[in-house]
Amino acid sequence: MAIISFSQVSKRYPGGFEALKAVSFAVEPGEMLFLTGHSGAGKTTLLKLIAAIERPNGGTVLVNGQNVSAMRASAIPYLRRHLGLVFQGQKLLYDRSVFDNAMLPLVVTGQPYREAARRARAALDKVGLLEREKANPVTLSGGEQQRLCVARAVVNRPAILLADEPTASLDAAYADEIMEMFSAFNQVGVTVLVATHDQQLIGKWRKRVLMLYRGKLL
Amino acid sequence: MRAWLQHHVLSFAQTLARLARSPFATVLNVVAIGVALALPFGAYCLLGNLESISHGISVEPQLSIFLAGDAAKADIAAVEARLKAAGGVRAVRFVSRETALVELSRTAGMQEVVASLRRNPLPDAFVVTLAASDPALADRLELQFKSLSKVAHVQADSAWVRRLDALLRLGRTAVILLSALLGLALVAVTFNTIRLQILTQRDEIELCRLIGATHAYIRRPFFYLGSLLGLLGGVAALAIVLAALEVLNRDLVQLAPLYGSDLRLRLPNPEEMLAALASSVVLGWLGAYLSVSRHLLGIDPIR
Repeated sequence: MAIISFSQVSKRYPGGFEALKAVSFAVEPGEMLFLTGHSGAGKTTLLKLIAAIERPNGGTVLVNGQNVSAMRASAIPYLRRHLGLVFQGQKLLYDRSVFDNAMLPLVVTGQPYREAARRARAALDKVGLLEREKANPVTLSGGEQQRLCVARAVVNRPAILLADEPTASLDAAYADEIMEMFSAFNQVGVTVLVATHDQQLIGKWRKRVLMLYRGKLL
Repeated sequence: MRAWLQHHVLSFAQTLARLARSPFATVLNVVAIGVALALPFGAYCLLGNLESISHGISVEPQLSIFLAGDAAKADIAAVEARLKAAGGVRAVRFVSRETALVELSRTAGMQEVVASLRRNPLPDAFVVTLAASDPALADRLELQFKSLSKVAHVQADSAWVRRLDALLRLGRTAVILLSALLGLALVAVTFNTIRLQILTQRDEIELCRLIGATHAYIRRPFFYLGSLLGLLGGVAALAIVLAALEVLNRDLVQLAPLYGSDLRLRLPNPEEMLAALASSVVLGWLGAYLSVSRHLLGIDPIR
């Protein structure tokens, strides 16, 4: 069964802008794929519908077998615990250390401290930031900050990783680094969906590509 | 369960840390709440003291019956017999005009005045102690005694007590109004404090929402913050009231003996103090609740 499936999903924002028009697709568990299109084509909206940050105006969004489009607000937090999100503008918290930033998803979901600390360190190790765990995120470079966001997204072992332009502000070497990490997570069974407009990156990785054009899937 | 408890402890500790991080603002907030609560609580304490004083006085309801200047011995005896025969009378004491003059001359400052009098202007009088402290009984007897022959004037000594009672009732209403108004002020202060806190933590709240925090998890620290502000404000209010009563008592110690009394203001008892603290915590929580309901909605990424 598909882990993510859209059928005839449309999203219209207040004011009349139609971000998505009758979009249908399915993602198999353990798949890694790209979502691309010009800016404003609806990539971010599509990811937001999966995470129930936005609700569709029509159609059905199924994630992990749950109907996200008709989900009660109180159930949404539990849906999101199965998702790892690396979103643009999703900030790091600069009033606490790198380690505490990575801990946050575990603290929020009420994991026992000792187990949570172990997993946070494992996640930081995977993205190569373990030595910086006591540092303030402000002191990290752009690439390192993005890696910390990735660590935070995977620390509670999500089934699905959603990334929105994860390499946008990074140079090519850093971008490759991030993609290597996503690929590594994918190899251990995580479903990875990366939204990007970077055609070079897509060409290099040779995965299935969903192409959006003015809110329609091509 | 343990994780849940751990979270509560952590959330509470974070709230404390947040307050400690901006000590100046916290102290100002606490003082504002403390002063707002000290007013009704202090008024309540003073009123309680006045009430106990008025009760101490009205235990012995009395009527003073002044006789006409030309009342003869026989008239006095007749009046006395009628007074003793009336229902609801416990004791009748005769105060002759001579005794009254002696008593008056003993009063501070009156000695020279009395000495300068050529003749005794005071009438003979009876002091009637009533059996019960019942305003209706006092009214009835006052009327009855007024109609006796050779009685010039009947003075109900309980009249001013009754007036005081009415004043106290007014005071109680005023305290209730004051409590309601300043309780509202407390709710407003915590409401605004929590609003600012929510705004400064906006990023964190948004992020927590995205990584699966429940509504309860996000609201909890703000409830702690509101309740804690209420509690600290309540403690400040108690401190202010206790200090004020202490200062007043120090002055009373010098003043009261001059009036031949050992009057002291009673401090609030532990139950009253606990009730004051509990209500300030509840009001703080209420302010937080309203603020969170109002302002967290705006941050909700779910639409």
